[in-house]
Amino acid sequence: MIDLIINGLSVSVEEGATLLEAARFLGFPIPTLCYMDGLSPYGACRLCVVEIGEGPRAKLVTACTYPAEEGLKVRTASSRVIKARKMILELHLASCPQSKTIQDLAAAHGVRQQRFRQEYEDCILCGLCVRMCEEQMMAKAIGFRGRGQNRSIGTPFDIQSDVCRLCGGCMYICPACQLRCTYTEPEKAVCGGCENLSPPCLEKEQFDDMMCFMDPCVACEIAKD
Amino acid sequence: MKEENFLSIIGKHQAHQGGLISILEDIQTRYSYLPEQALRIVAQETGFSLVDIYGVATFYKLFSLKPRGKHLISVCSGTACHVRASSGVIEEFEQRLQVNAGETTPDGEITLVTVNCLGACALGPIVVVDGYYFSNVNRQMVGKIIDNARAGIDRVDVDTDERIFPLEVSCPHCNRSLIDKNFYIDGYPSIRVTVSFGRRHGWVRLSCLYGSYSVEQEYEVPIDTVVNFFCPHCHAELSGVLDCTSCGAPMVSAFIRGGGVLHICSRRGCKAHMLDLHGASL
Ligand code: FES
Ligand code: FES
Repeated sequence: MIDLIINGLSVSVEEGATLLEAARFLGFPIPTLCYMDGLSPYGACRLCVVEIGEGPRAKLVTACTYPAEEGLKVRTASSRVIKARKMILELHLASCPQSKTIQDLAAAHGVRQQRFRQEYEDCILCGLCVRMCEEQMMAKAIGFRGRGQNRSIGTPFDIQSDVCRLCGGCMYICPACQLRCTYTEPEKAVCGGCENLSPPCLEKEQFDDMMCFMDPCVACEIAKD
Repeated sequence: MKEENFLSIIGKHQAHQGGLISILEDIQTRYSYLPEQALRIVAQETGFSLVDIYGVATFYKLFSLKPRGKHLISVCSGTACHVRASSGVIEEFEQRLQVNAGETTPDGEITLVTVNCLGACALGPIVVVDGYYFSNVNRQMVGKIIDNARAGIDRVDVDTDERIFPLEVSCPHCNRSLIDKNFYIDGYPSIRVTVSFGRRHGWVRLSCLYGSYSVEQEYEVPIDTVVNFFCPHCHAELSGVLDCTSCGAPMVSAFIRGGGVLHICSRRGCKAHMLDLHGASL
């Protein structure tokens, strides 16, 4: 067991636990965006920043990826943390203002406007869908492509992947919401679920014991009637 | 494009764990791009998932998913080259070739790409044609560079090629010149050294043109032997501290008049050489 101090309270957690888990155990709220129980932490959104260390050596780290250390002093709501968090929310608002998840988080932290050039990205590259697809659905149908400015998420060659079962897990988990939905172009990339009039899951026999996040699913509704 | 070709490339790397990049590199060298079929076969054979392979292939600029032309012209658009107006050079290339950066001419001859810093910032703007560097490029030079590229850079005449220039070298021990005025190679006085390999001992004369590999020798040195080089005046060995980056054999060093050190690989047939102009008064 590892003993550390969070906001002045001492707590002991198991080896390998992250600061986020330790703080949650004590009930200190830390906002997260790219973290989800059951998926490996990724540290993309930076929203879960906390301050560790003391004096001039204090620094900000992401709680979801930082492993608990013996004797570490953590502050989850110092003024520096609050300031950084607000800035990060502003940046998220600047890139994807239409996301309900981001709007809610911003509102909850009192961020009403942002000062950067407004963009309307479909994707904030948080990687939730990629991890969902790989770790929970065991499919590995989508992944990151390219780098830098051109980084994007999708299937190889932008055609529907052979291993995609149309489970809809990626859309279910996406904080930017409409991202994976390719609307009425079912041939394209990922979903196209609303256009599927016969249940895609039943067609593909090799995918038994499937989990499905398509709810409601047009195909299932039709099949029921 | 045969499946066996891909399989043999993959098989070659199978022994090393995680040789994905080397496999892709080999396929790219062979076909000048990564065909979709190849990536699918690699996924099957190596057990990596297709998304991961696709991710790697799109991450590195080195890989291309579209067929490339016979010749590759890379123009640097890194910071240092950019402030020296490499954007104008890129524009000129685009106009003359009638393609955008990243595209291939319709005749499949030339692919134009931009890259971010080639590590030779002091000489910028830099243009690399099939592995050969052109430095301080300006708009006026673009036409000639394109002609060179089309002709095949290896076939360009030695005399008109500005990448090749004569060097005057001396022994680092006795400082006497190694240049032999009585024996010309490539139209310039040659560099004379003594070499030994096995039981043999004899002279070798090298071209003094940097970038030329012409040699004359007393005894034919078999390919791949590592030979020892000696100064013909003081008979000290011209050994260096470096090892060849491409074959691992020790490099031989000699001083260059005007400053700097010339390193050449001591293995017969290995073409590695480099100029170390540290402290040179250029
Ligand atoms: S939740 Fe920790 S970085 Fe996104
Ligand atoms: S910026 Fe062009 S070589 Fe470095």
